[in-house]
Amino acid sequence: MGQTLVEKVISRNAAGKVSAGEVTMCPVDVVMLHDGTGTLTIQEFLRLKQEGFPLAKPDRTLVFLDHMGPCPRIEMANDHISMRRFARENGAVLYDVGSGVCHQLLVEKWARPGTVVLGADSHTCTSGALGALGTGMGSTDVAVAMATGCNWFRVPETFRVELSGCLPRGVHAKDIILHLAGQIGADGATYKALEFGGPATSGLSMSERFTLCNMAVELGAKTGMFASDETTRVYLAGQGREQDWEPIGPDGGALYEKVIPIDLGRLQPMIAQPHAVDNVCTVAGVRGKAVDQIFLGSCTNGRLDDLAVAAGILRGRKVAAGTRLLVMPCSPDVTRAALEAGYIRDLFDAGAVILPTGCGPCSGVHLGLLGDGEVCLSTTNRNFKGRMGNPTAFIYLASPAVAACSALTGTISDPREVM
Amino acid sequence: MPLIQGKAWKFGDFISTDLIAPGRYFHLRSNLAEFSKHVLEDANPDFAREVRPGDVVVAGKNFGLGSSREHAPTIMKMAGVSAVVAESFSRIFFRNAVNIGLPVITAPAAGFIEEGDRVEIDLAAGILKNLSRGSQTTFNPLPPFMIQILNDGGVVNTLIKNKGFCL
Repeated sequence: MGQTLVEKVISRNAAGKVSAGEVTMCPVDVVMLHDGTGTLTIQEFLRLKQEGFPLAKPDRTLVFLDHMGPCPRIEMANDHISMRRFARENGAVLYDVGSGVCHQLLVEKWARPGTVVLGADSHTCTSGALGALGTGMGSTDVAVAMATGCNWFRVPETFRVELSGCLPRGVHAKDIILHLAGQIGADGATYKALEFGGPATSGLSMSERFTLCNMAVELGAKTGMFASDETTRVYLAGQGREQDWEPIGPDGGALYEKVIPIDLGRLQPMIAQPHAVDNVCTVAGVRGKAVDQIFLGSCTNGRLDDLAVAAGILRGRKVAAGTRLLVMPCSPDVTRAALEAGYIRDLFDAGAVILPTGCGPCSGVHLGLLGDGEVCLSTTNRNFKGRMGNPTAFIYLASPAVAACSALTGTISDPREVM
Repeated sequence: MPLIQGKAWKFGDFISTDLIAPGRYFHLRSNLAEFSKHVLEDANPDFAREVRPGDVVVAGKNFGLGSSREHAPTIMKMAGVSAVVAESFSRIFFRNAVNIGLPVITAPAAGFIEEGDRVEIDLAAGILKNLSRGSQTTFNPLPPFMIQILNDGGVVNTLIKNKGFCL
């Protein structure tokens, strides 16, 4: 019988051919920890090291200081000291403050098709867009992988998301995944793999694929994956990593637990309302709602094409009085490219606050906490109560186009009406 | 593993890790004793103050969804929680709980247990009793390797004991 993409990736890394439902040990190609989860990871790893387990792959162990840098509190600065020391003493790769969001750096520099990428962060599924099994686990699971070079995996059943048609003007990748969240719910794919395929995939850029896979975990999935194809090759070549590319995809006769067709041509701009990612409606359904803060950034939607869409809408115009727009590119490469393309200038001139690259606002740590009862429209991936630091605030999730248009009007706005 | 006994605390569906271990306490991630004083406070402000060792959390669907932060099950355990019974769990929370030695039981128990009821859990046999009401239900026990991890007090202890991983 044919294999799904995730079965194929686990099979070629584990000891032999495995199918959905089996539990197997599997080597991990790259592990990642960051300053939100890393101190606990390091604590557990050091217990293992003391018992004779050295760091298995120092040159493929990545330590990111992205969630709370530059530090807003002394406790965090002290955590950073201990994480830098750990990286230095164990030969791990350190990405210090300002080096970018872990998931973006993973796809730019590290994740490769056909391998297993394990991160102490739930959005590690972003790397699945490259044809890898990218998945998030907790601190201890990552410590186990650091100490042994592998971990146990239950081979997930797969939901095939069959994409057809073309996105209409004003509708973007974010709208696809919000639509899917609304359809199947925040636990609709628990323990499953989402495999995106179909005739529309060849037209989706890597950045759009990253957006879709990034939010697979919001539906409960273990990973979201795309086959590695020509688009993947061109992307990796552009990163100077063509040698990391290889084609990998599901077999023709693969067994899927469910096939979910989506006709992109029928989609509209979508929005997730407080306090759940699956509390989804069309933007038209909540248009006119006043917004205090707009956040454009994150591993979901902080890439160059996201900034380009927003700059295109805001160029020569101004953010509405009474609304603040925060912009945070998700990596140094994205920042540099956005500077060279003039997007940062466009957004700055429109009145945006340009923030250093990182994860602060999305995880409620710093650089944009919300006041009591405030409303935020964000291009990030979560709108749980308290997510952006204040349990009395209200978070809406939408695309960069909706964010930019809403920044212009100060209220939730449909790009098809504003552009 | 001995029987687990304790008082039930009830929570609803979709209790996220942001509700269990709020992001605004990020600065306490290296001070878990302090962090545990805020466990679940956005879901029930009285819980952290009044929870007692042995108490059991009973919840609905998709418990622990969201962030991978292992601090969520860790500070629940530190606060005294001896087990979580839920209709379903998010994938990462489930693994994290087992890894740190906090038993997780998948059973639709919300209609069978009321807040404050005394419950008893036999993990290996898969029996959940409501001692206050004299009723009981069964659940699928965890796979043996997970029971072993719980008996060892967490996966790091298992690895140290076995000098490696064996499923």
